[in-house]
Amino acid sequence: MPTRRPDDPSFDLEMKRTVTIEVKQLDRVVIRFAGDSGDGMQLTGDRFTAETASFGNDLSTLPNFPAEIRAPAGTLPGVSSFQLHFADHDILTPGDAPDVLIAMNPAALKANLKDVPRGATLIVDTADFTARNLKRIGYDENPLETGELDAYHLIPLNLTGMTVESVKEFGLTRKDASRAKNMYALGLVSWLFQRPVESTITFLETKFAGKPDIRDANIAAFRAGYNFGETAEEFSVRYEVKPASMAAGTYRNISGNLALAYGLVAGAQRAGLPLVLGAYPITPASDVLHELSKLKRFNVTTVQAEDEIAGIGAALGASFGGALGVTTSSGPGISLKSETIGLGVMLELPLVICDIQRAGPSTGMPTKTEQADLLQVMFGRNGEAPLPVLAAQSPADCFAIAVEAARIAITYRTPVIVLSDGYLANGSEPWQIPVVADLPAIDPNFTLEPNATNDKGEPTYLPYLRDPETLARAWAVPGTAGLDHRIGGLEKEDKTGNISYDPANHDLMIRTRQAKVDGVDVPPIEVDDPDGTAKVLVLGWGSTYGPIGAGVRRVRTVGGKIAHAHLRHLNPFPENLGDVLRSYDKVLVPEMNLGQLAMLLRAKYLVDVVSYAQVRGMPLGAAELAEVIGNLVEETEGIDDDARHMGEAAASLTHGEALHTQPNGRTNGHTNGQLHHPEGAR
Amino acid sequence: MSTVDLGLPSLPGGLRGVPAATEPQNRKEYVSDQEVRWCPGCGDYAVLAAFQGFLPELGIKRENVAMVSGIGCSSRFPYYLSTYGMHSIHGRAPAIATGLAVARPDLSVWVVTGDGDALSIGGNHLIHTLRRNVNLKILLFNNRIYGLTKGQYSPTSEPGKVTKSTPMGSVDNPFNPVSLALGAEATFVARTVDSDRKHLTSVLRAAAEHRGTAFVEIYQNCPIFNDNAFEAFKDPETRDDAIIPLVHGEPIRFGTDGHLGVVRDGFASLAVREVAELPGGEADLVVHDAHTEDPAYAFALSRLTDAGVLHRAPIGVFRSVERPAYDDLVRQQITTAQETQGTGDLQALVTGADTWTIN
Ligand SMILES: Cc1ncc(C[n+]2csc(CCOP(=O)(O)OP(=O)(O)O)c2C)c(N)n1
Ligand code: SF4
Ligand SMILES: [Mg+2]
Repeated sequence: MPTRRPDDPSFDLEMKRTVTIEVKQLDRVVIRFAGDSGDGMQLTGDRFTAETASFGNDLSTLPNFPAEIRAPAGTLPGVSSFQLHFADHDILTPGDAPDVLIAMNPAALKANLKDVPRGATLIVDTADFTARNLKRIGYDENPLETGELDAYHLIPLNLTGMTVESVKEFGLTRKDASRAKNMYALGLVSWLFQRPVESTITFLETKFAGKPDIRDANIAAFRAGYNFGETAEEFSVRYEVKPASMAAGTYRNISGNLALAYGLVAGAQRAGLPLVLGAYPITPASDVLHELSKLKRFNVTTVQAEDEIAGIGAALGASFGGALGVTTSSGPGISLKSETIGLGVMLELPLVICDIQRAGPSTGMPTKTEQADLLQVMFGRNGEAPLPVLAAQSPADCFAIAVEAARIAITYRTPVIVLSDGYLANGSEPWQIPVVADLPAIDPNFTLEPNATNDKGEPTYLPYLRDPETLARAWAVPGTAGLDHRIGGLEKEDKTGNISYDPANHDLMIRTRQAKVDGVDVPPIEVDDPDGTAKVLVLGWGSTYGPIGAGVRRVRTVGGKIAHAHLRHLNPFPENLGDVLRSYDKVLVPEMNLGQLAMLLRAKYLVDVVSYAQVRGMPLGAAELAEVIGNLVEETEGIDDDARHMGEAAASLTHGEALHTQPNGRTNGHTNGQLHHPEGAR
Repeated sequence: MSTVDLGLPSLPGGLRGVPAATEPQNRKEYVSDQEVRWCPGCGDYAVLAAFQGFLPELGIKRENVAMVSGIGCSSRFPYYLSTYGMHSIHGRAPAIATGLAVARPDLSVWVVTGDGDALSIGGNHLIHTLRRNVNLKILLFNNRIYGLTKGQYSPTSEPGKVTKSTPMGSVDNPFNPVSLALGAEATFVARTVDSDRKHLTSVLRAAAEHRGTAFVEIYQNCPIFNDNAFEAFKDPETRDDAIIPLVHGEPIRFGTDGHLGVVRDGFASLAVREVAELPGGEADLVVHDAHTEDPAYAFALSRLTDAGVLHRAPIGVFRSVERPAYDDLVRQQITTAQETQGTGDLQALVTGADTWTIN
């Protein structure tokens, strides 16, 4: 094992061999835990996140796991990781590159090293660095010994060995004992970053309540890791990342899928309707099904159907019965649901369809993120079948967007699509907990009495008589005396809903359904343009909000003028969108697809937007966006500075994402008071 | 939304939870104002008439009847009944009805489907609805042809059938719908014939009273594309020897003067024999027990159906056993959750256990 060179050009975690422990201040840290999928890296990351959240840092997380449940141990495909970015200021992304990598085996080191910048710290468990293991993943020599990691701040430790030693008294097999190594590592980094540890100990006590041996071993390993930091000579520096100054309020950490589940329940409750979810398991949407299944006490029914078609069918049937029908899936499942979505458009019943997008086409890369289903959900049905489309912009925003979807679905009697993606689904961030009583009440406004008079002067019910304001049809549910009626997928006559093949009626109904969706009230898009002089607007939608926001901050840090706006409503678009687009010289649209929003904007507004398209299955990077944005700003403004290009400068910033200027009090793209990071207000 | 009035007179199992009518009803009340548009002579007319005549006798509120159909000639059925109804999409009615039944214990939910709708495009939903035993009634109009799309062979068409899409004869092996339903462990499985109103009505009644999924195959003539497919069961000359009548508690004996009967034949099989040739005579015949737990018995009965051109088939209730209904269990879990955990505090839910406060 090499000895660490004291003169390493270490980046953040520079090591000094002093006896007293020094405390260094950092404004932000990106840390990544990586190991075999059996090593419990997601749990470790979750716990570190919980500790960090309770400490009061702002944070953002990015779990990354293999599609295989148990790929062979020690192989590259079996590597699972969890990245956390935490800071003393508000942040928008899980960070492009880790400052610290904890690698639990050679494969984890190899698979992650390409993302780690030189100078970063590597804490490596050496236990598995045997010739055989190394060979298996293509190392001829031990990289810990060859000097090839000299540019990093390498801390090789036999974490497994020390774990086994620390749990000796519990008499576990070596295999069982070494399982606690993730807690040992967690203890060590908890010490290193001065995290509060009580919550993890309580967590372990509860989680392993039924298995005292395992519980005690995990707690002992966690404590031993912490104490190792305290006593070992390797660690003479601890780091402090002060709590972030966030708006006053009570916070929790929440992932996108959990926020979505809670938002759906909140929407149903605000409407006073039972919620019926029909779903078929699919990554990365299954957690919404899991979470809702736990919420039966909220009058939530979950039907795990035989396929996605049955899932949406059950949801639509429940909506016909007067419940809020919901279905959750990902792209392949949405494909299967198309025909039933079309039926929902015809029946004009409330229905919430959540598409937690993943990388496609076909089965694609199930555990990777993408936003390439936009055109599918907009147009992927036969005939003219318009429906509202919403997209969450951050994990916590999934809550607000689900409530908004319920509002639109119920108010307008229409299927509504909610777009999320794998990045939002599994990522998490602090969330200022909303007061649920303050959420808008939703009025299902059921029809209980006849709403018209027939030729004979008798009171009658017309199921397709519309509210002149919203164009929502009159909705009477089975069980309402005197209002029995039949609806279906065949074209219906205006007002009566009877089958009709009349050409003029068909044209009228097509236009009416379109007008209803076009008329959904959507808040205007707000633009973050600090002094109103930017020539370039960057416009995004969905989960790119964080990376774009971070890229925008970097560009501003190096003096670039840039406006930022983000769409949460994709159909209909906010009414002022056209004016906003036309008021900038250039509009840049970054997307994790080949330019789907760009295509819609060009078609609708005849604005020649600049598309920045990347489909790697990973979120866009802040530095990458800073470069693209910076270059476009420079080009548009006609700045000609050979010495240093703005894009390059913005991209190479290491700490350029702190929000330091927000002049003129103009708010940025947040359109919803429920969101955390009310940046404009600070 | 109406709720269950607990003060109602009690209705049979299948209708438990559905509010009873306060006044007697008549057939006319169930006839909608829509013009019926099936071809003249179509078997669907007879079924509709029988159904309209039968509904009033259920004694439930008309507004608490919900019909859900798929696509096909038969799936137009809901339009002609003045109840709540949904004419949905091809094959999906069982899935939609499942959601409706789960959400609304106060409705009597009926699915109307065809042989193509239920067994081809919707086969998956059918078997899963049956295995779950959702409290809904499925009427499968089997005309052994695709009627609405003008005469292609269906999953129940006999091998060798010449249709527009099989000019050289169908090479598909058909489904026996009753066998299929039993394979999915359906708790109530019956077969009846469009033209026998009395029998049809009795089967509908038994289906309505069953708690769980009731599966009823109705032999339905399509005079346009598959005329006389069930002629053997209708022609006075042949029908006595064609219909194997299933009457619970009675020996299965049929044919002119009762000369034929059903006996056990080898391992888990049944066979039709001349009663006169049986050593024990009528005593050797199988006494029909629709409540037999093991579906193998009903399955063996279903195998007495001809696979090709139909000359003989059992008619009646093959199986009627009790098993908890899916939707009842689903609702029971909600009740239990609410009893043990309270009715759910939304604020507490979103707040969760790990919070921190910034002043
Ligand atoms: C998705 C879809 N595929 C195909 C059709 C065309 N289609 C309508 S009805 C039908 C077959 C109906 O046959 P069956 O269920 O036996 O009903 P019948 O008309 O015989 O009563 C087909 C293929 C359709 N409406 N939808
Ligand atoms: S095509 Fe056949 S099944 Fe369809 S309505 Fe005409 S007769 Fe009836
Ligand atoms: Mg048919």
